[in-house]
Amino acid sequence: MSSMTLSRAINSGLRRALEDDPKVLLMGEDIGTLGGVFRVTDGLQKDFGAHRVMDTPLAEAGIIGTAVGLAYRGYRPVCEIQFDGFIYPGFDQIITQVAKLHYRTGGAVKMPLTIRVPFGGGIGAVEHHSESPEAYFAHTAGLRVVSCSNPQDAHTMIRQAVACDDPVMFFEPKRRYWTKGEVDEEITGQTPSIDSAAIVAAGDDVTLVTYGPLVATARDAAIAASDEGVSVEVIDLRSLSPIDFATVEASVRKTGRLVVTHEASQFGGIGAEIAASITRRCFYYLEAAPERVTGFDVPYPAAELEDHHLPDLDRMLDAVDRVMDRHNSLSGREG
Amino acid sequence: MNFSNETLKELYRLMVSVRHVDQAAVSWQRQGLLPAYAPELGQEAAQVGSGYVVDTSRDFVFPTYREMGVARAMGVDMVEYMSTHKATWHGGMYNPVETRLAPIQAVVGGSVLHAVGWAHGARLNGPDDDGTYPVAMTYFGDGASSQGDVHEAMNFAAVMAAPVVFFVQNNGWAISVPTERQVAGGSVAARAAGYGMESVQVDGDDVVAVAEATSRAFEHARAGKGPMVVEAMTYRRGPHSTSDDPGRYRTLDQERDDAGEDPVTRLRKRLEADGVADEPFFTRAVEDAKAEAEQIRAGIEALGSRPGSEMFEYVFQESTPALHEQARQWREESEHV
Ligand SMILES: Cc1ncc(C[n+]2csc(CCOP(=O)(O)OP(=O)(O)O)c2C)c(N)n1
Ligand SMILES: [Mg+2]
Repeated sequence: MSSMTLSRAINSGLRRALEDDPKVLLMGEDIGTLGGVFRVTDGLQKDFGAHRVMDTPLAEAGIIGTAVGLAYRGYRPVCEIQFDGFIYPGFDQIITQVAKLHYRTGGAVKMPLTIRVPFGGGIGAVEHHSESPEAYFAHTAGLRVVSCSNPQDAHTMIRQAVACDDPVMFFEPKRRYWTKGEVDEEITGQTPSIDSAAIVAAGDDVTLVTYGPLVATARDAAIAASDEGVSVEVIDLRSLSPIDFATVEASVRKTGRLVVTHEASQFGGIGAEIAASITRRCFYYLEAAPERVTGFDVPYPAAELEDHHLPDLDRMLDAVDRVMDRHNSLSGREG
Repeated sequence: MNFSNETLKELYRLMVSVRHVDQAAVSWQRQGLLPAYAPELGQEAAQVGSGYVVDTSRDFVFPTYREMGVARAMGVDMVEYMSTHKATWHGGMYNPVETRLAPIQAVVGGSVLHAVGWAHGARLNGPDDDGTYPVAMTYFGDGASSQGDVHEAMNFAAVMAAPVVFFVQNNGWAISVPTERQVAGGSVAARAAGYGMESVQVDGDDVVAVAEATSRAFEHARAGKGPMVVEAMTYRRGPHSTSDDPGRYRTLDQERDDAGEDPVTRLRKRLEADGVADEPFFTRAVEDAKAEAEQIRAGIEALGSRPGSEMFEYVFQESTPALHEQARQWREESEHV
């Protein structure tokens, strides 16, 4: 065990992946000498060489498309997209090619790509640097979509993602890159499996489901709620496609109340999928209609406005009050 | 490069085979056996001449939707190839790893980058025992050359010195849009210079010229000198696809004037003039091609449909609980079990 930041935990996970399998390659913009704009690949080119940790020309379709060709001949490319908002030039290659090639070839060709994306807001960034595009990918058959929320998961999950024979979209909560935690680097194999959710705070009254950057906020919300006598169970989804519905279902059968929260916009989002699926699975157990606490359905606003846009502890607690049918703990309004 | 008489005869047999299978496929579509097909009438020399050069023990080819002639020259099973046009399985049912032919690509320019990645991998692996590199060849059209991916691919390839051959079939048209409204400057090959890449523009209806140019490009790439562009100037004599109506954008007179001499006839004249082949050979080639087309037709008819349950396979390495559930529900509703 050692204490490290989330970004360092990914770095050490990538290092292990490079050591474990000579077919693992890192490719992306400024990931070599610079170590990436967030320093996630810091030192890896120096230790593994420019042929394994490659600065590519500045073109996202080019990065993903050449990674596809490398995968055809047995390589395991790990592509870094510099920022969430710049994945769209590579979107076509991901949706049209990466997601479908295993299917189209009847399983003859594997696409074990990992596509790393620093995502989400909260760091006061300029335009296109704070987006949460995960639902686009979760909507696409053939892609695994995961997000880590803490250093240990970051380390374990990046190694599992690289070892996985399916393409994995790996969303890194950029505002939590500097969060520190204990990390056991001697993990073995697939436990916990990359597509399992985790209960990160136990509770009986409300199930609060989230992932990535908002897990920490949700835990704080659970602590605040418990001060008011409401027991909130927080689930870190970890995998957004597939979703571990069994874990969420078991929790909601117990609590009878569901709140889903994510930074991404509401319409057609992960929250909608969870609300619909869990309502169907738990209809007779529900005490209240599921609530969603999300970014608004607006283009990501300028940094001075982002605190209004991002779900925070208060908005989560409001939703908890609503599903509990309680007076709003802040405004005193009826739930 | 000198091709032996046997090679010239083989090229002719291949072109005749491709011509017949291609025309047969159009009639199969008219007869309802295939839902759709993209004919390559007029591009036999470009496709056979280039496909013939591929060493299927080491190279790899990324086709578009119109490369039946390349697939045939590479020895791909034509029934498995046609299964994509039969709407049995997207991309075709041949195994890309074994045939060295990537699945059929309907996205214009979609797999050009894949060839660059494959070739970069070849470089990373190091040369084969003979000191040369395996080569990736990617096909695309004049229309596809407008795609950003093609620019990215050429730039990546040149930066990485990847052993890749960009084989452009400039057939005058992208559906209804002529090359002059598509390719600024008039030549895709000319763009190569901007990437510091070598290129050659070749008479795409002269199979020998195509094979020679492609061989030179392969030698260049094999030697580790990086990528090359081969632009074969040819003409799409038929419609874009079996649902196209060229009368809406070009006249028959225009077609006749622009098409030039038929590439199959051209090779035949050359073989006759050089005394390489005689009438019985030509007759035999046609008979063989007809028999082959019949065999392929029988194979397509025997294909049948894939079981509906297969729709749920191959999405991931292992299916997910949600997908299992959808498959179960589908089975229940469709088979009442
Ligand atoms: C990305 C994309 N856009 C549009 C289409 C529709 N489309 C199919 S073929 C074609 C023309 C392609 O022309 P060209 O690249 O010259 O190839 P050719 O058909 O002449 O062989 C178009 C527009 C497509 N398949 N893919
Ligand atoms: Mg064309």
